[in-house]
Amino acid sequence: MAHARPIATTRSATGIPTPRLAIWWIVASEVVIFGGLLGVYLMHRIGHPEWAEAASHTQTWLGAINTFVLLTSSFTAVLAHQAAEKGKGKEAAKLLGFTILGAMMFLMIKSYEWYGEIAAGYTITANTFWSFYYTAAGLHALHVIAGAIIMGFIAVDAYRGRELHRVEIIGIYWHFVDVVWIFLFPLLYIAK
Amino acid sequence: MADTVADVHQHEAHGHGDHHHDQSWLEKYVFSTDHKIIGMQYMFTGMFMAVIGGYMAYVFRMQLAFPGISVPGFGQVSPGEYNALITNHGTIMIFWVAMPVLIAAFGNFLIPLMIGADDMVFPRINRLSFQIFFLSSIVLLVSLFVEGGGFGGAWTSYPPLSANGDYNQTQLGASLWLIAVALEFVAFLLGGINFITTLMNSRAPGMKAYDIPLVCWMIVIASILFMLSVGPLLAGAVMLLFDQTLGTGFYDPARGGDPILWQHLFWFFGHPEVYVVLLPAIGITVEVMATFARKKIFGYKMVLYTAVATGVLSFFVWAHHQFIAGIDPRMANVFTITTLLISVPIAEMLFVMIATLYGGSIRLTTPMLWALAFMAEFLIGGVTGIFLGASGADIYFHDTYFVLAHFHYTFFPIAIIGSFCAFTYWFPKMFGKMMNDTLGKIHFWGTVIPFNFIFIPLFVLGMGGQHRRIYNFQHFPQIAGPEYFQLREIATIALLVMLAFQLVFFYNIIMSWMRGEKAGKNPWKANTLEWTTESPAPHGNWPVDELPTVYRGPYEYGHPDREEDYWPQNLPG
Repeated sequence: MAHARPIATTRSATGIPTPRLAIWWIVASEVVIFGGLLGVYLMHRIGHPEWAEAASHTQTWLGAINTFVLLTSSFTAVLAHQAAEKGKGKEAAKLLGFTILGAMMFLMIKSYEWYGEIAAGYTITANTFWSFYYTAAGLHALHVIAGAIIMGFIAVDAYRGRELHRVEIIGIYWHFVDVVWIFLFPLLYIAK
Repeated sequence: MADTVADVHQHEAHGHGDHHHDQSWLEKYVFSTDHKIIGMQYMFTGMFMAVIGGYMAYVFRMQLAFPGISVPGFGQVSPGEYNALITNHGTIMIFWVAMPVLIAAFGNFLIPLMIGADDMVFPRINRLSFQIFFLSSIVLLVSLFVEGGGFGGAWTSYPPLSANGDYNQTQLGASLWLIAVALEFVAFLLGGINFITTLMNSRAPGMKAYDIPLVCWMIVIASILFMLSVGPLLAGAVMLLFDQTLGTGFYDPARGGDPILWQHLFWFFGHPEVYVVLLPAIGITVEVMATFARKKIFGYKMVLYTAVATGVLSFFVWAHHQFIAGIDPRMANVFTITTLLISVPIAEMLFVMIATLYGGSIRLTTPMLWALAFMAEFLIGGVTGIFLGASGADIYFHDTYFVLAHFHYTFFPIAIIGSFCAFTYWFPKMFGKMMNDTLGKIHFWGTVIPFNFIFIPLFVLGMGGQHRRIYNFQHFPQIAGPEYFQLREIATIALLVMLAFQLVFFYNIIMSWMRGEKAGKNPWKANTLEWTTESPAPHGNWPVDELPTVYRGPYEYGHPDREEDYWPQNLPG
């Protein structure tokens, strides 16, 4: 299927590049997914003050470290974008590599945390707080994994100096994943 | 068909020698990234599912009118099978017929052609969208044949019934059903993003926002509505799946959950969904009416703004489905008001249609008949909605056949009449042949007349207190009298007649496709861009150097400065 790119992909009636336009719509659709889930959680949480006891068993410190890790990975994503703008593909690929490393670290800390909680008997069926905890954080973790995989492909391309505009697109997505965590952390960990 | 394919090859050889290689049959028709082929794939999958959904309706209507008979082609219907049939009839007709045909098939086929582009902006994501959709269809069909049978908890899938295998007795069927629906949502999210960005960015040079044909606007507004409403339900579906499989208690009040929560999530999506399918149908109707009334649409901007207003308002009406679910009566007041309000923009669109017809030189072709029928039948659906939107009346009507008849008077015009309207109108562009008009009209009357005979009796039965979701009315003496059963039999026999007339449609497609008269570029003398290319449109839609430029709006019919009564969008001057 060695087609030339359709002419449609080269047009830009709005002046915004199509991939950037599309990623914002994807982010919009994700916002309502997480918005729905967190809205539901919040309403339940207000209706069930007794969940504070369950929430007190979350490990706030590990959550805080993870927040730091994720924020740092977003920072390297921004630097990668900057490098890509200047046409430095190898530099961008290296910085995206750091972001992927951050994603892996985040997931490792998360697994350690969940391992401890499950071992202590706080499983997804323990009560509805824990159900929300695992569902929301699990859905977020899936986004981290998907983002890291896509970022891997983009980094390989960037290393060869191809499709450098994609570095910005994955960066926007990565910031979104980051922002979701910024909401999850206080709602699931800090609120006791 | 042989001609058609040869035609396509020829044009490709002429116009696209530079970016077209010999493709195998599989590459060209199964794994194609061409928007027209993907549109056809959606269309034929949707048609296939419509046949299954129609068959299900036939089986359970037979059981309702003649309880206990051995239905020809199915056998005796058990209560569990009955529940699975009505559940999957609803699910299929909404998610696997209305959505793929109205939005995905016509969206894919029309948007690039009507805005003068050679394809979607993300052709491969487009293909992925269809593949996920196709997978979801298979999962749904498989769910009917697993141990325990298909899911029978109604298409709304309310917990606790749907959340626990001990209650619904269809552990596996329920989970597969849910997974199929969730996959289908993902497919349409991907497709929707493609539609939105294509319309925003890939318009032909010169095409400004108000030069876009209304049907494209409508499909895109519908995609945005879908995208913004389906998110919470996707999250809710994951929660329901965990309830079913892992044993969490999101919807179980005994464990801190809330069954009403699902109703909120479902209808927060479910009500905008009505407008997701309605808007494209209105767009199609308006398009057809302008062409066959030979008149400019009365109030292009009004239709567009009204559609946006409807979309916004549709997010604030959902709880009218829950008036008797125990919600706060003050909330019921608010939702009654918003529900009655939303009938205003829709009524406005119908008035726009009437004003467009007024003083036009109307040609009663088959597509035009479908468009007029849409207006007439949808009006009845809309008017009966007022009864249900008022919380006082709804307490009586809730969960009766009145609701069911109202729903079908809205959805049948949308999904079936609207699709036939579009299909008969764009058939020449899709296959390069004219459809037989006589057969088309026979099919039209054979569909619309029985349709009214099916659902008017059901309104009467509903007002008489006939509850939905009852397997055998003989068990309820108050509603088992002969006057009730006669009405049920009328509805069932009318359904049989209607289904029989669909054979005319399929016969017409095949015969017209094979032997129909050649359509030429612009058989209806319409203005929009899709009529400026060959029929069927070649790969890439236009030769690369002939991609159109737009000089005016899409509805310039009967312009005083012109000798001809139409003025294609791409003609300079």
